[in-house]
Amino acid sequence: MITPTEERPTGEPRTVVVPDLCLVVLIGVSGSGKSTFARRHFRGTQVLSSDFCRGLVADDENDQSATPEAFALLHHIAGVRLRAGRLTVVDATNVKREDRASLVALAREHDVLPVAIVLDVPEGECLARNAARPDRDIAPGVIRRQRSDLRRGLRGLRREGFRKVHVLDGTAEIDRAVITYEKAYNDRREDTGPFDVVGDVHGCRAELEELLDELGYELRRDEHGRPVDAEHPAGRRAIFVGDLVDRGPDSPGVLRLVMGMVAAGHALCVPGNHENKLVRALRGRNVQITHGLERTLAQLEAEDDDFRRQVEEFCYGLVSHYVFDGGALVVAHAGLKESLQGRASARVRDFALYGETTGETDEFGLPVRYPWATEYRGRAMVLYGHTPVPTPEWINNTLCLDTGCVFGGRLTALRYPERELVSVAAKQTYYEPARPFLAEGEAAPLSEPRRRDDVLDVADVLGKRVVETRLSGRVTVREENAAAAIEVMSRFAVAPEQLLYLPPTMSPSATSTRPGLLEHPAEAFAYFRGEGVAEVVCQEKHMGSRAVAVVRRDGSGVLHTRTGRSFFGPELTAAFLGRLGTAAEKAGLFDEFDTDWLLLDAELLPWSVKAGDLIRSQYAAVGAAARTALPAAVAALEQAAARGLEIGEVLDRQRRRVADVEAFSQVYRRYCWPTDGLSGVAFAPFQLLASAGATYSDRPHAWHLAVADRLAEADPDLVRSTRSLTVDVTDPTSETAATAWWEEMTAVGGEGMVVKPAANLTRGRRGVVQPGLKVRGREYLRLIYGPDYTEPQHLERLRERSLGRKRGLALREYALGLEGLERLARGEPLWRVHECVFAVLALESEPVDPRL
Amino acid sequence: MLVTLSTTHVPATDLGFLLHKNPARAQQVDVSTGTAHVFYPEADEHRCTAALLLEVDPIGLVRTARAGGDDGALAQYVNDRPYAASSLLAVALGKAFSSARRGVSKERPELVDVALPLEVHIPALSCRGGVEMAHRYFAPLGWRVDATAVPLDETLPDWGESRYVDLRLTGELRLADALNHLYVALPVLDDAKHYWIGTDEIEKLLRAGSGWLATHPERDLITRRYLGHRTALSRRAIERLAEVDDADPEALDDAIAPPLAAAGGPQIADGEDDSADRPVPLALQRHGAVLAALRSAGAQRVIDLGCGAGALLPALLAERAFTEILGVDVSARALEVAARRLRFDRLPERQRARIKLLQSGLTYTDARLRGYDAAVLMEVIEHLDLDRLPALEHAVFGAAAPATVVVTTPNSEYNVRFEGLPAGTFRHRDHRFEWTRAQFAAWAAAVGDRYGYTARLLGVGDDDPDVGTPTQMAVFTRATVTGVAA
Repeated sequence: MITPTEERPTGEPRTVVVPDLCLVVLIGVSGSGKSTFARRHFRGTQVLSSDFCRGLVADDENDQSATPEAFALLHHIAGVRLRAGRLTVVDATNVKREDRASLVALAREHDVLPVAIVLDVPEGECLARNAARPDRDIAPGVIRRQRSDLRRGLRGLRREGFRKVHVLDGTAEIDRAVITYEKAYNDRREDTGPFDVVGDVHGCRAELEELLDELGYELRRDEHGRPVDAEHPAGRRAIFVGDLVDRGPDSPGVLRLVMGMVAAGHALCVPGNHENKLVRALRGRNVQITHGLERTLAQLEAEDDDFRRQVEEFCYGLVSHYVFDGGALVVAHAGLKESLQGRASARVRDFALYGETTGETDEFGLPVRYPWATEYRGRAMVLYGHTPVPTPEWINNTLCLDTGCVFGGRLTALRYPERELVSVAAKQTYYEPARPFLAEGEAAPLSEPRRRDDVLDVADVLGKRVVETRLSGRVTVREENAAAAIEVMSRFAVAPEQLLYLPPTMSPSATSTRPGLLEHPAEAFAYFRGEGVAEVVCQEKHMGSRAVAVVRRDGSGVLHTRTGRSFFGPELTAAFLGRLGTAAEKAGLFDEFDTDWLLLDAELLPWSVKAGDLIRSQYAAVGAAARTALPAAVAALEQAAARGLEIGEVLDRQRRRVADVEAFSQVYRRYCWPTDGLSGVAFAPFQLLASAGATYSDRPHAWHLAVADRLAEADPDLVRSTRSLTVDVTDPTSETAATAWWEEMTAVGGEGMVVKPAANLTRGRRGVVQPGLKVRGREYLRLIYGPDYTEPQHLERLRERSLGRKRGLALREYALGLEGLERLARGEPLWRVHECVFAVLALESEPVDPRL
Repeated sequence: MLVTLSTTHVPATDLGFLLHKNPARAQQVDVSTGTAHVFYPEADEHRCTAALLLEVDPIGLVRTARAGGDDGALAQYVNDRPYAASSLLAVALGKAFSSARRGVSKERPELVDVALPLEVHIPALSCRGGVEMAHRYFAPLGWRVDATAVPLDETLPDWGESRYVDLRLTGELRLADALNHLYVALPVLDDAKHYWIGTDEIEKLLRAGSGWLATHPERDLITRRYLGHRTALSRRAIERLAEVDDADPEALDDAIAPPLAAAGGPQIADGEDDSADRPVPLALQRHGAVLAALRSAGAQRVIDLGCGAGALLPALLAERAFTEILGVDVSARALEVAARRLRFDRLPERQRARIKLLQSGLTYTDARLRGYDAAVLMEVIEHLDLDRLPALEHAVFGAAAPATVVVTTPNSEYNVRFEGLPAGTFRHRDHRFEWTRAQFAAWAAAVGDRYGYTARLLGVGDDDPDVGTPTQMAVFTRATVTGVAA
C-alpha cells in the first residue's frame, strides 16, 4: 500500500470535538483518506473498517459481494464495544443515508451519541489516490456517484440524528485536524463530595428550609426575606433529585432557593418529570395541567417574567443524571439502571425522569412501574426519588429518598458518603395522592411486591462466575459446579436470606512418613514454620458435624450444615436457638458486641445426629459384615492349618484384620450416642464469624475460644468448650508437648486436632496462609481409609495422595467465606452475600479426593 | 469374604476331584479384585469341606473404580466389598471352580450328574430383602435354608439388623447346580447398584441358569436384579455434595428421583407409591386437567416449571397450539433425561424448534422466563420448604408474570383414602408440606391479591364427598389492567 505524502500540518489546528464515549462515523468517498485519518487520530483497536471486515468474511477486501456480511460483522463488533462503553470509529464510505441511519440506530441502541466526521475531498484528488493504489480498482464513475451522494446528504446530518457534525473541507483542513475529547455532561466522576442528597420537595419550601438547617446549611435571604441560597460551612453540597415543583404551597420559593444554590456552586440538581412538564408548559406546549402543575403555574403568575424565564432556562438546562465519585454514586430522579449510567440518549433521559414502566396502568390510572431496583446489580450507589415510600429502604445499593413530604410524609436527605438519613416531617398534608400514600407499617402496594432486596436472580449464580474477594482477588466458579450447586441450594438449603456463610473445606497436614501413620502434627507445624508463622494454636476436633448458627436475641435464627441444610426440624431448631440465644444473652455477648445477632462456626455433636443414616448404612454395615465374615475365615483357616496344610500368611492376615475391624468399630461407636430432643446434643463453637456490622477474622483464636467458653459457662449442658494448646513452632519442647497431647487424644479414637495460626487470618510469603490444617488420629482415619488401612502395603499406597488441589480449594473457599461476611457487615445487598455463599457450595462440588 | 461347601458323600474327598482342587494343599487363584484362596478345613472319608476365601485389595478396588469411571460406592475405602459375599465372590467362584460349574470332572465323571448331600455356608451374605429373600431364592431350588440376620452392631441393639445374612444351605443336589445357584445368587441377592453389567452378562446368566432359572418362581426378579442397575448418567456432582455433608448419597438421589419416575408408565406423576394411590389414571387426569386449563386460556407459549424428566412435555409437544414450550428444572440431570426421553436428537426440525429445556431455580428470578403466556407448576410447590415459597411466588407471579399460571398440588384431606399411607405422613418423602383444600384456597387467594391474579380452584381425580379430590388445582389469571399508560 502506498502511503499518501505526509505533509506536516501547517497553520491553526482544526479542533474536532468528540464526546468521551460515542460512535464516530467517518464519511467520505473512496480515496478521501478515511483510513489514514483514523489511523492518525484513533487507536487501531477503536477503528472498525468495512474493508477489513470484508477481508474477514471473504478473504478479499475488495469483494463487493461480501458487503452485507461484512457490515453485519462490523455492526456486531461495534455493538459489543459500545455495550462495554468503548469509543468506536466506523471507517466506511457512509455516503448513503441508509448506511448512516443504521449506525445512528446502533448508537441509540447503546445509548451513546453518534458523531459524524466528514472528509470532503475534491474528486480529482480521490481519483488520483485510487489510481495510485494497485490493490484498488474503482471506476471513476463510482467515485463521482459517491461524491454526489455525499454532497446531497451533508446538510441533513443533524436531522439524521448525529449530535455533532464536523465537516473537514479539503486536504489541508483534514491535515490540521486535532481531536479533542469532551466529557459527558453527566460525568462528574472527579467530584467526590461530600454531598447531601435531597428527595422530592414538591414546593414544600418551609420543610426544605428546615431540612437544610438540620443538615447544617446556612440560609441566605433576599431583601424580602426569601431564601436565595444556602451554604454549608464545611463545603458540603446539596444534590436535589428533582421534582422541586408542583402540588406544594410554594414551588417558586423552592426554585428560587435551589436555583440560587446551584448558581453559587452550593448545589446540583437533576430534573424530575415535573420540571420537564413545567418547561413544556412555560413554553406554551399543550400539556395537561394536572398532578399539581396547576398550582405551580398559579404561583408563578405572581412572579415576574424575568423569574419565569430563569425558571424555564434552569429547568431546561438540567442534565438527566449525574455520575459522581469515580462512578460510585449516581443520582437520577427516578433512578437509573447500570447499563444507562453515564450514557446519553433519549432513553436515558426517559428512564431518569420516569423510571421503568411496564406500559400498563394500575387501578388508579397511574403507570405500573417496573421494580428495576430489585434487579439492580451495579456497583454504583443510586439515589433517587419519584415514587413516594413510607421510609427509605436500601434495595441493592439503591435508595429512594421520596418520602412523600407533600402528601404529609417527610422530606428526607441522605448524607454521602456517610449514608446517614436526615429528615423532617411535613407540616401538613398539602395534596391528596391519587394512590393512597402508605402509612408506616402498611403493606407494600400491589404493583410492588417484595420490594426488599432479597430477590435473587439466577444470573447472580448460574454460569461461569468470577467473584472478587479482598483476600485472594478473583475466584472463579465453573459453570458445571454452579449447575450442581443450584440444585442443592434450591431444594435443600435454608432460605438464602438466612444462609450467610458456608464453612470452607480444610486441608489435612502433609502426609507423614512415620511408620504406621498417615498424618502427624510435625508436618502441620513445619508448614506454618515455613510460612513464617511462629505461634499456632491446636484445637481439639470434636468429630461431630460442622454447624453454622445464626442466633438472634429473640431466639430466632438458623442452624445449618456445611451445605446449608437445616439440622433439625422447626420445633427442635426453635428450641435449640432459644437455648443458645439465652446463653448468649446470659454471657452478655449481644450487649458487648452491640448486636441483635451472632453468627457462630461450630461443631454439633454427636455425629449421629446428622449422619445417623450414613453411619448405619455404611460404617456399621461394614463392621457387621467384617465382624461376621472374618472370624469365620479365621476359624476355617485354623482348621485347615490344624490338618497340616501350608496356609502361610493368610491366617495371620485375617487375624490382624479381625483386630482392625474391632478398632474400626470402636471408633464409630465413640461418635454415636442416643439423643432425645436436645438432650444429648452438644454445640461446640470455635469461632465468632460476625455480628451486626462486624467480622472477627482478625481476632486471635484465643479470643474466639474465650467467647465460646463464656457460652459454655452460660449453658454447660448445651455448649461444649473446645480444648486447645498454643504452640511455638520454633521451640521443639513446645512441639513435643503438643504432639504428646495429640497422641493422647487420638490413641483412644479422638478425631485429632486442627492447627491454626494463633493470630487467625495471616498472610505469608505467597499470600494467605492456610487458615487451619487438620491432623487426624491414626485410629480415627480407619473411618476414612478403611479398617485395615494401617497394613503396611495399604499405607504405602495411601501415602501417594496429593494435597495441592485441596489446599487451593481451601484457600479459595476461605477467601469467599470471609468476603461474604465482610459484605454482610458492610450492609451490602443480599445478592452480593449470596454470591459468595453460593460460590463456596459450588466449589464443594469440585472433584477433589473426599478423604482429604 | 468366605463361602464353604461341604459334602457327606462317601468318600467325601471325591469333592476334591469334582472341584478340581486337591484337598491336600491350599491353592491360590488370582482374580481382578484380589486373591482367592481355596483350601479344605476338613477332608476325610465322611466329610469334606472346601473353603473359598477371597481377599480383596481394598485400595486397588477404590483406585480402579476411580480410574474406571464414576462409581460412587466403590470409591469408598470404607466398603463392605472386602467382607460381604457379593458379586466379587461370584467372580472368584466362577473362576476357581469353572470346570465343576460346567459339570466336567476328569477323575469322577460318574459323579457329575449325581445329587450329592451338600452343605453351603456363607457367614456374611449381602442380601437385600433379608432372610425372607434368601428363602425365596434358594427354597424353590431344593435347598433347606437356615438363614439368620446379622445384627448391625451387637453393642447397639437398637440399631436392629444389617442387610447381611448368615446363610446355611443343605440339600441333595448336583454339584454343578449348587455352584451355579450360588454364582447367580451372590449378585442377585446383593442387588448392589454398582454391579457392572457387561454385554455378555445375558449369556452368562442363561448359561448359569440353565435347567433351573426358567422354572424358578422368582425368575423375573432374579433376571431383573442380575441385569439391572446400570449406573446411568453421572451422579458425581450430587454425590460429592452428599459426601461433604455426610449424607447418604442415596437419600439425595431418591429426592431427585420422583420427577424422574414421572413420565410414561402407569406411575403417579410425582412418584407416589402404588399403595398410596391407585395408579390408574390420576397422573393422566392431571395432565388432562392442566392441558384443559391451558387451552381454555388460549395459551400458545407455555413454560413447564419443574418439568423434571418431562412428565408433561410430550403432551405439550403433541399439541400444535403450543408454539413454544419451555421446560424448566433445577436439576441438570433431570433435564438430560428429559432430552433423551423426548428424543431431541431425532425430533423433526419443526418440532425441535418448538421446545427448549432450561436449568433454573424457581426461588430465583430468571429473565429468560418472561414473556410467556402461561406457566405450569404441576406437583412442584409441595417440594419447597414453606419459607421459600414467597421467593417462588415472586419469581413466577411477580417477575415472570405470565397471563396464566396453573398450579397443582396434593389435597391432604384425601390422604385418608390411600390405604397403606400412615396417617400424618406425606405422599412422598420429599414433600415438605401437603395442604388441605382450605389451605390451598387461602394461599391462592393471597397470592392472587398480592400479584394481581384471580384464581379458580378445581379438583382433579374422583371427587369424594367427604375429602374431595386427590389433586387440587388452581388456575391463576392475571387481572386485566385498566388501560395502557399514555
